[in-house]
Amino acid sequence: MDWQGQKLVEQLMQILLVISGVVAVAVGYATESFRTMMLIYAAGAVLATLITVPNWPFYNRHPLKWLDPSEAEKHPKPQVVVSSKKKFSKR
Amino acid sequence: MHSFGYRANALLTFAVTALAFICAIASFSDKFSNQNPSAEIQILNINRFKKQSRGNDEVSLTLDIAADLQSLFTWNTKQIFAFVAAEYETPKNSLNQVSLWDAIIPAKENAKFRIQVSNKYRFIDQGHNLRGKEFNLTLHWHVMPKTGKMFADKIVMSGYSLPDAYR
Repeated sequence: MDWQGQKLVEQLMQILLVISGVVAVAVGYATESFRTMMLIYAAGAVLATLITVPNWPFYNRHPLKWLDPSEAEKHPKPQVVVSSKKKFSKR
Repeated sequence: MHSFGYRANALLTFAVTALAFICAIASFSDKFSNQNPSAEIQILNINRFKKQSRGNDEVSLTLDIAADLQSLFTWNTKQIFAFVAAEYETPKNSLNQVSLWDAIIPAKENAKFRIQVSNKYRFIDQGHNLRGKEFNLTLHWHVMPKTGKMFADKIVMSGYSLPDAYR
């Protein structure tokens, strides 16, 4: 899952759960049924789990573009140069 | 949000927090229901009224209990426990409460009832103060919600009295 996919999945999860909670309370209160409220919320939680927990290809549409290894070889990391002054001071 | 386990954990935590809010709202909504319970109790007969060998008065009586507790049921009510208590004052105790009958009401359909029943639990005084005693019959109830706090209330009915002599 790429960076933008992670942001999307977090927002989707919160929005789905809040919406299912609001719908559950509204329907449960209207029908005077606590059981209906719990069932609607449970269904919403299961739906949110199915949508957000697996790594769907949908979340991988912005892959990071890494540099090619050959490119890295052309620009080698700066090496640590052991200075000769330290050796003198130790003596 | 980078791994399966992390997403599952985040979802579970958020879902349970939201569930707690939902339950709190359900409990809060109970405050807007208007409750007008009613009750009426008659004493049909004093079956037995005597002094036990230990010196305590015992009464057996038949009650006619009619009550309508349907308005106490909301969508968040699991059940109601109701009991009838005889309440009276004696020189020793400023309030005596003796439970005579009780019931668990599981649903709104059962909350309007009328029954004729002799006392389920024995009506025994601490001492022998019951001859000619004026007493109250009180219908107490405890509402047990599915979520939220339990609460109790009562209806006091006064003007009952026991006979002046044992029988």
